[in-house]
Amino acid sequence: MIVNEQIAIEHGLKSEEYKKICQLLKRTPNITELGIFSAMWNEHCSYKSSRLHLKKLPTKGKKVIQGPGENAGVIDIEDGDAIVFKIESHNHPSFIEPYQGAATGVGGIMRDVFTMGARPIANLNSIHFGSPQHKKTKNLLRGVVHGIGGYGNCMGVPTIAGQTSFDSSYNGNILVNAMTLGLVKKNKIFYSKAAGLNKPVIYVGSKTGRDGIHGASMASASFDEKIEEKKPTVQVGDPFTEKLLLEACLELMAGDSIIAIQDMGAAGLTSSSIEMASKGNLGIEIDLNKVPCRETKMTPYEIMLSESQERMLIVLENGKEEIAKKIFDKWNLDFAVIGKTTNSKNIELFFNQEQVAKIPINILVENSPMYDRKWKKSKLPKKNKFKNEILNKFKIKDVLKKVLSNQNICSKEWIWQQYDHTVMGDTIQKPGGDSGVVRVHGTNKAVAASVDSSAVYCWAHPLTGGKQVVAESWRNLISVGAKPIAITNCLNFGSPEKEENMGEFVECVQGIGEASKYLNFPVVSGNVSFYNQTKEVGIKPTPSIGGVGLIKDYKNMISMDLKEVDNLVLIIGKTEGHIDQSLFARTILDEKNGPPPEVNLFNEKNNGESLLNLIDKGYVKSAHDISIGGLLVAISKMCIKGNKGIKIKKPKNLLNEIEYFFAEDQGRYLIEINKGDLKEVTKILDKNSVHNEEFGIITKNDMIINEKTKLTIDELKSYYTNWLSKYMS
Amino acid sequence: MKSSVITFPGSNCDRDMDVALKKFGFTNKMVWHDDNELPKSDLVVLPGGFSYGDYLRCGSMASKSKIMQSVINFAKSGGLVMGICNGFQILVETGLVPGVLLRNKYLEFICKNVFVKLDNKENTYFKNLNKDVLEFHIAHNEGNYFCTKDQLKEIKDNNQIAIYYCNNEGKVEDQYNPNGSIKNIAGIFNKEKNVLGMMPHPERMIDQSLSGEDGSIFFKNLINNIK
Repeated sequence: MIVNEQIAIEHGLKSEEYKKICQLLKRTPNITELGIFSAMWNEHCSYKSSRLHLKKLPTKGKKVIQGPGENAGVIDIEDGDAIVFKIESHNHPSFIEPYQGAATGVGGIMRDVFTMGARPIANLNSIHFGSPQHKKTKNLLRGVVHGIGGYGNCMGVPTIAGQTSFDSSYNGNILVNAMTLGLVKKNKIFYSKAAGLNKPVIYVGSKTGRDGIHGASMASASFDEKIEEKKPTVQVGDPFTEKLLLEACLELMAGDSIIAIQDMGAAGLTSSSIEMASKGNLGIEIDLNKVPCRETKMTPYEIMLSESQERMLIVLENGKEEIAKKIFDKWNLDFAVIGKTTNSKNIELFFNQEQVAKIPINILVENSPMYDRKWKKSKLPKKNKFKNEILNKFKIKDVLKKVLSNQNICSKEWIWQQYDHTVMGDTIQKPGGDSGVVRVHGTNKAVAASVDSSAVYCWAHPLTGGKQVVAESWRNLISVGAKPIAITNCLNFGSPEKEENMGEFVECVQGIGEASKYLNFPVVSGNVSFYNQTKEVGIKPTPSIGGVGLIKDYKNMISMDLKEVDNLVLIIGKTEGHIDQSLFARTILDEKNGPPPEVNLFNEKNNGESLLNLIDKGYVKSAHDISIGGLLVAISKMCIKGNKGIKIKKPKNLLNEIEYFFAEDQGRYLIEINKGDLKEVTKILDKNSVHNEEFGIITKNDMIINEKTKLTIDELKSYYTNWLSKYMS
Repeated sequence: MKSSVITFPGSNCDRDMDVALKKFGFTNKMVWHDDNELPKSDLVVLPGGFSYGDYLRCGSMASKSKIMQSVINFAKSGGLVMGICNGFQILVETGLVPGVLLRNKYLEFICKNVFVKLDNKENTYFKNLNKDVLEFHIAHNEGNYFCTKDQLKEIKDNNQIAIYYCNNEGKVEDQYNPNGSIKNIAGIFNKEKNVLGMMPHPERMIDQSLSGEDGSIFFKNLINNIK
């Protein structure tokens, strides 16, 4: 096939990009080479629209061992231990084929983590669906949940936390973001930088098939009504093989055979071989006849672009082939020496003794396009004024009932009960809390992780929304008693070629950067997913933030369930009554405009650190951050989980009760303390200028809001727990 | 006391079981599925997981592993063999215990705490236990125990039912059945009661920071009974 501009465009390249390729090569590429360029230069692999902005994120810190640029980020958790973690999207495949799309998303992120030598110890996910009334939502949700469970459960890695939301902006483009944490010894981390000449390049894992060809290109385009035709671009997962691959890789990694290792994820053999060579400033030579293939008559083009799962590329030390082969044979996995490193600085591919591609690697990597896309700045929307007469019309009990059973607040137990969250025997905080927590096996330490996003706030004002998501992640970690260390981000946006969408991206990233810098909560890994849109309509901007923190002694972990009758509940942080963009305003007042709650980073830091200080001193019996839904939702969850009631004190401030109870002001927590510690706790908080007030006293049963309003715990439970299982049955 | 935990390709609760057995005093060895010989053991455990990816039928391929011939011989000579979750599925496939394990009634994987009622304490596993109801943990997709009417009569007549799903007071009712198992059966013995297969995971309930501690009670009692 003779390559021309038309074919290049069909590969997702722009006309000027094709011209640049011909110019750089000083000739027309052949079809295999064009395939390689299209894979390396698409948005998914090259970050061509985002690179410029991602550079501005803070990525360094005392605890950061490895920031962005490797398979995953790595942080120090002391005693020679490190945590490897990353979040990644698998949105488009999951919409086309929810089970396989979600499953391979989980498989891919776990591979990113164990490629670095770490045993995966926890999975999390952030999944977003269209309106519950939309005809596809139910099947997509079921398929995605089955897919995530199908893969993670089989791998024997607990799924410890997650987030699910519903919003009509995802009707035609759901989001599936999967995150994995792995544990590794600091001195046994593996990287993807090849080194040394004539080192054997080996291929291990599953055979290469025709599945997933052009997966990464598909992920870099918008959806239209013909999307179902793209089913063949979705990869098919085999968690059993991945489990074997995990064990085999860790067994090989225990020795000293490996120079570099890279999983074959997006763009398969193409990106893995090129990345390893590029980082080592080397060339690479591959004999494609040696690649284990599942199907007959696969062409070089297909072999290079296949996204078959559960495969790894390794650069070995010379003479270690036999040792490695023995291990992979034991685990019944394919093993083949397919090439070697060279000093040519080219990627050279051979097939049937003929050279079928030769491209200088720097052209593919350093010369890949980078765009400074046009973007539009967002204005902060004007605040709405909600008149007291309007607010007073609502009965608190009715509002609470509606809010607690809202699809974006209610219990997601139907989902997480389908995930094995206890395998590995170290899960000490299950899904449904502020963060999931797993012990570091065999030690007193524990690692907390949470995943958050607030698309509504980001849509209303991207800069504030970006800050808010980072702040919420920070609060969720602190609420379980963990010291926040670092984050990973998954940036889900519409088309970068549209100024509004690009603006949302730029300003969300700016907000994320500001917050993570201020909170000393650096970004160590992440992924960008653009083109989340159907035809012309983009999703609400949805950056997902995965936060990780450390609990030095797991016995000091905090959970949100109320512990003891007669204990006091305090509010940390000030309630100002910000109703705009709250769940109350959006779903009950049907007011979709207005600014999101302001994020005051000084208060976030001060309140969070002061709470950690109280936790360290042993004053805090339970804690929960106040987020979507506001105060009453937060206390309801604490009551439900602890099976206790609360008598709420009459608020001292002059806000309207609805505003007081349902505002979504940031930087707030509810904490439970012993009555006898009140003086000491208040003293510490006052000294640090942390706003605090008494909220109520724990009772045996019933939530008593005021003289007129009383709810039993069973009532609260029925509002909170029933929606999702009813919807799915 | 010596125990052996068999690791099949795809086992994923083998380490958890190793941790639990050691915690309560067993000297445990991990045994590879492709080995021929079983080390000298007082107890052999087939752990949970997805042996061979649950492909074909859960447990079926693992039941044909090399090591299984030794395990079967060991069981037939009266040795204690316990299969948990996928291990139970493997036991069923070997025919050491009767019946089959079908897909859960609601066609969903289920991970949660359950209560089980002990039905028979005349055996090494449950003898001397001072509780009749234990809180265990389940995590499975195919735990829906099924057998024919004749088989059911036979296992009842022989007191082969080990545990039933129930509530915290030991009531065995349909609403406490998480997966549709016939008669709420959560675990069964062979005729001789030296082989036990059950869906719940006692090894996930071995300290108070985890889902609960009834697993500790079970293991402590078990090692005392073996001594």
